[in-house]
Amino acid sequence: MRREGSLQRWWTREGSAYAFLAMYALLFLTFIAVPVFAAIALSFTFFDAIQPPYFIGLRNYITLLTQDDIFMRYVLPNTVQFAVIVGPGGYALAFLLAWMLAHLPKGPRTIFALILYSPSMTAGVAMVVVWRTLFSGDQIGYLNSLLLNWGLIQEPIQWLYAPQYLMSIMILVTLWSSMGIGFLAMLAGILDISPDLYEAAALDGMSSIWQEIFYITIPSMKPQMLFGAVMAIVGAFQAGAIGVMLSGSNPTPQYAGQLIVNHIEDYGFFRYEMGYAAAVSVVLLLMVLFFTRIFNRLFATTE
Amino acid sequence: MRKRNWFSRYAGVRNRGINPDGFHVSQIKFYLILLPLSVFMVLPILFIFSSAFKPPDELYAYPPRFFVINPTVKNFNDLFSRMSGSNMPVSRYLFNSVMVTLVAVAASVVISSTAAYALSKKRFRLKQALFTINTVALMFVPIAVTIPRFLVIHRLGLLDTFWAHVLPVLALPVGVFLLKQFMDTIPNEMLEAAQMDGASDLAIYWRIVMPMIRPALATIAILTFQAAWNNVETSSLYIHGESLRTFAFYLNTLTTTATGANAVAGQGIAAAAALIMFLPNLIIFIILQSQVMSTMSHSGLK
Repeated sequence: MRREGSLQRWWTREGSAYAFLAMYALLFLTFIAVPVFAAIALSFTFFDAIQPPYFIGLRNYITLLTQDDIFMRYVLPNTVQFAVIVGPGGYALAFLLAWMLAHLPKGPRTIFALILYSPSMTAGVAMVVVWRTLFSGDQIGYLNSLLLNWGLIQEPIQWLYAPQYLMSIMILVTLWSSMGIGFLAMLAGILDISPDLYEAAALDGMSSIWQEIFYITIPSMKPQMLFGAVMAIVGAFQAGAIGVMLSGSNPTPQYAGQLIVNHIEDYGFFRYEMGYAAAVSVVLLLMVLFFTRIFNRLFATTE
Repeated sequence: MRKRNWFSRYAGVRNRGINPDGFHVSQIKFYLILLPLSVFMVLPILFIFSSAFKPPDELYAYPPRFFVINPTVKNFNDLFSRMSGSNMPVSRYLFNSVMVTLVAVAASVVISSTAAYALSKKRFRLKQALFTINTVALMFVPIAVTIPRFLVIHRLGLLDTFWAHVLPVLALPVGVFLLKQFMDTIPNEMLEAAQMDGASDLAIYWRIVMPMIRPALATIAILTFQAAWNNVETSSLYIHGESLRTFAFYLNTLTTTATGANAVAGQGIAAAAALIMFLPNLIIFIILQSQVMSTMSHSGLK
C-alpha cells in the first residue's frame, strides 16, 4: 500500500517529464545507444552474418593492429590526413570566414552566408554528377580542358582514378561543402558579442586584430567554438564516403582514398566479416571521442 | 549636432568593427577575399543549374562550355518518361521521397521538442544525466554503426517498410540539443504563471513554449529535411523492392558506374535529377534562414 503511494507520488511529480521524453528516448535507444553497444559487443566476436556470433576476445583488435596491412599502410594514414585537414582545417576556415562576414553589414552578410552555406546542403549524391564532369578524365572534363588550353598539361589526366590526385580532390570537395551549421553557429556567436567589450579593449590600448581575436572574440564565444568543433569533427569522419562516390569503387584505386568508413563497409558488407568491421567501427568512434576531447580542453567554459 | 558629411558617413565609427550598419573602407579587404571565394563556392551549384538545361550537343561539346546556350527542358522530360529497371516511373521515387521527408520533418519537430521541453523545463532526477548523454551523442557518427543499425532494423521487422526510412532519421541529438538551449531562454516565471492559472503540461508545451521557439523549430525542420531528403543509405540498405526506394537513391544509381553505365544518355538526366534534389534544400533554407540564425546564437556547448 505504502509503496504504491510513493510510486504514485513519484508519477505525479516526475511522470510527465518522462512522458514527454519517452518517444525520443525510445528512438535514441533503438538507433543510437543499442547500435553503439552492439558494435562494441560484436567487436569481440567472430560474426559472418550466417552463423550466430561467437566470442573470440581481443582477436579482432589484435588482427587490426598487427596483421591488417591495408589498414595500417593506407586506411589509417589516409583517415588521419583527411580528418586533420578537413576537421581542424575546415574549422579554422569556418571561423575566419564567419569572422570576416561579421564585419560586413547585414545585407551583404546574409548573401555571402547563404552562398558559403549552400554547398553544405547539397547531398553528396547530387554533387557527384558535378564533380564527375568537372574532373572527368577525358578532354571534355572541365579541369582537363582548362589546363590543356593553358598549356599546363600535355594530355588529359584521370583525376578521379589517379592515386596521387584522389585524396587532394576529396579534401577539396569536402572543404567546399563543410561550411555547415557549425559555421552558422560561429557567425551567430561572433555577432552576439557586445561591442562594449571591443571598445573597452580599444581604450585599454589593444590595437592589433589578432589580439582582438584571441583575447576577446574567441574567449567570448567558447560555447559556440566548441559546438562548431564537434560539428567539424563529426563532419570530417562522416564525410568518409566521398572517395568511393568520386572514384565509383570500393576499394578506391590503389587504396588512395580509402578511409576508415570505407574499410568498415568493405569488411562488413562485401566480406561479411561483421565482427571485424565492428572492431574498426569502435576504433572510429574512439578517434572521434579523442579529437573532441582535445577541443573540449581548448574551449571548456569554467563554470 | 554636427551635420554628417559624405566623409564621416563612410569613415564613421559606427560602420567599423563587428555588425556594422553600413559600408566602411575597412570592409574592402573582406570583400576582396570573400568575393572570389564565393564565386568559387557557388560555381559548382551554378553548374548543376546550367547542365540540367543543356541539350545533348552542349553536354558533350568540345571544348566544354560552362553556361548553357540554348536551354531546353529535354533532360527533365527524359527523366520523367524514363522507367527504372523494374518498370517503375521516376515520379514514384520522387513521391516516396516527398512522403518520407514530410513525415520525418513533422515527427521530428514534435519528438525533439517534447524531449527538449522535458530537459529544459521539467524537474526530475535524471535530467542532468540525460542531457549529458544527449550532448555526448552529438559526437555520434551514424556511419560508424551502419552494421549494428542494420541488425536492429532487421530484428524489429522494419526492413522493407516505410518506417525504415523515417525512424532512424528521428534520433537527432543535435535537434534536441539546439531546442533545449533555445528553450532555456524562456523565463520560468512565465510557465509558472500559466501553471497557476491551471494550464496542463500539454497546454503549456503546445500553447506557450511551441510558439516561442519557432526559430529553433525551423532549424530542426531544416536539419531533418536534409537528413531525410538526401538519404541514400536507408534505401540501399533497408529496402529491397524498388517501389519503396527514394529519389536520392535513384539519382545514386544514375551516377554509380555499375548501373549508370549508359553514360551518354545518363549525364543530362543525372544533371536534371541533381537539380531536383538540390532545389528544395535551397528554397527551404532561404525561407527560414533568419530563423536559423537566431537559433544559432543559442547553440553554444558549455
